[in-house]
Amino acid sequence: MSAAEEAQTARSARNGWLLSAPALVVLTVAAAGPLLIVVVYSFLLPGKYGNVEWGFSLDGWRGILWSKDIFTDEYVLADAHLTIFWRSVKLSVLTTITTFLVGFPTAWFIATRPASQRALWLFLITIPFWTNLLIRTYAMNEVLRSEGLMNTVLMKLGLIGSPLQVMYTDIAVFIGMTYVYLPLMVLPLFAAIDRFDMRLLEAAYDLYASRMQVLRRVILPIVKPGIIAGSILVFVPSLGAYVTPRVLGGGKQMMIGNFIELQFGQGRNWPLGSALSMALLVVVMVALLIYVKYANREQGHG
Amino acid sequence: MNAVNAVEARNTVKAFGQGDSAVRALDDVSVEIRKGEFFTLLGPSGCGKTTLLRLIAGFEMPTSGSILLEGQDITHLPPNRRPVNTVFQSYALFPHLTVAQNIGFGLTMQGRPAREVKETTDRMLALVKLEAMAGRKTSQLSGGQQQRVALARALAPQPKVLLLDEPLSALDLKLRKEMQIELKRLQTETGITFVFVTHDQEEALTMSDRIGVMSAGKLQQVGSAKDIYTRPVNRFVASFIGETNFLPATTVPGGVRLATGDVIELADQAGRSGAVTVTIRPEQLRLCDPAEAGALAATVRTLVYFGTDTHCHLELADGTEVVARLQSPADGEAGLAQGQRVGLRPVPGAARVVED
Repeated sequence: MSAAEEAQTARSARNGWLLSAPALVVLTVAAAGPLLIVVVYSFLLPGKYGNVEWGFSLDGWRGILWSKDIFTDEYVLADAHLTIFWRSVKLSVLTTITTFLVGFPTAWFIATRPASQRALWLFLITIPFWTNLLIRTYAMNEVLRSEGLMNTVLMKLGLIGSPLQVMYTDIAVFIGMTYVYLPLMVLPLFAAIDRFDMRLLEAAYDLYASRMQVLRRVILPIVKPGIIAGSILVFVPSLGAYVTPRVLGGGKQMMIGNFIELQFGQGRNWPLGSALSMALLVVVMVALLIYVKYANREQGHG
Repeated sequence: MNAVNAVEARNTVKAFGQGDSAVRALDDVSVEIRKGEFFTLLGPSGCGKTTLLRLIAGFEMPTSGSILLEGQDITHLPPNRRPVNTVFQSYALFPHLTVAQNIGFGLTMQGRPAREVKETTDRMLALVKLEAMAGRKTSQLSGGQQQRVALARALAPQPKVLLLDEPLSALDLKLRKEMQIELKRLQTETGITFVFVTHDQEEALTMSDRIGVMSAGKLQQVGSAKDIYTRPVNRFVASFIGETNFLPATTVPGGVRLATGDVIELADQAGRSGAVTVTIRPEQLRLCDPAEAGALAATVRTLVYFGTDTHCHLELADGTEVVARLQSPADGEAGLAQGQRVGLRPVPGAARVVED
């Protein structure tokens, strides 16, 4: 490459960077800015009527796990908080696993349709996105409540004698989240399976693999990037879910998202809410880093 | 029956689609493939050769008829329970596994102990000369190396029959020639029965012990390369393998009379009489003096120089075009000119009557 050409390449690279400058500015202001405010607020004092008062304090961070005993003024481990964290993690893991178990056959089905039909199936998968999340969640309420669709059908079939009390339980939240996040699992899985070379199935089958072995030894390892992407897309928003636990879990079955909202609302403890948000962010990021690192190492070993 | 055949297809029919629109990819095909032979299914694309291979592998079930492996009916056994392995046209190597893991896959799936898998894998790596690549991912290999991995992978479980579905078609010419020799060597060394599918007649002629020529879902002829080249049963076989001339003729006692009126002596009329087609290979035609007795009168139309030989396109008295392949003289000059009148004489026994 001649010097002139090199200079030309360097110049176009510089210009390319300049072209993306507006996007970078927006990203910085829109993503880093609010985050910075949350970080700062987490180290301030709660205001009397919400908001914050200027003054450094670690109470917000301490409040994640400990609460002040009203009588003794001592800090004790906050059981209620731990219950909420545990429920969030448990429901998010369950939701991720269930969406995978339901989503994998779905994605496989779509990916193995003739090319002309695939677009239609994918379109059907994305239809729920057209409706507001809140409305979809209330629709789930209609399905799950005592006089709802599920109980009516089960009772008409004579499978149960009295309505199942599903609403306002963890199960309702779990069912609701599985329904809401299923497309987020199906789409990346579809993308991975679509790239999968179906001829490998015959090769494995020819080399004495049983159907189960074909799935475990060939299909799953090869579509793993899709499984990871889908799991992240489901697990992360599940952990911070707000609307679904609010509507289907009632006020009682809170998840982290509702707990954070509580601090900014009735709780009037913005520093605690900010600290909780940051903690959630850190937990998710650490979890993702470990996951990605583990996945990459697997890849390296083959 | 002296020895049990490695593979036998009995009256196999494979139809795709339903009712009237059904297409018969295989139309009542019966073939016996002997133990330890290199058998080639040769035919143009869509002739049903790959379908027959897939029936033997177990990827397809025949609509009717049966497949036997060493005398045992395996028609309804799934592929993972047939001691038969396939080398795929696309190789279908597992991208998430190393070369060694690919080769050991079949053995691992059979539940062989890890030590045996390792030993066999090492032996296979040596057999295909890829010891240095054992730990590589298959995507890091060249086309020829991938081909070798696919071969080693299919050979590792020591199948009774190895099926090869146009395995060389993705390689360039030079590599293809090398792999042809390599394949023949592997087949001789392992003693495994090879069933090789190809549309390349040269590949078929150079490697096979026997060839089955297929067309339109039917097996046209089975025989050694020589049999098929020198004694084709019909017009399709004669034209698909090698180049040839077809001349319309009618039978006369002890020979055939061409449309030009000339008579060619012919011992075997293939049991036919009346209007027939006679085939003569271009290299079986000699030029001579037009005045010579029994010579066919011909006019030189075009000369095409091919190096070792020269193709001479000629026109007979009735307008039929024939090609004669002449060995090129040392100076490359055939000594012929366009429009020159020459005599043409088939080598004795070269002319054959074929079915249309």
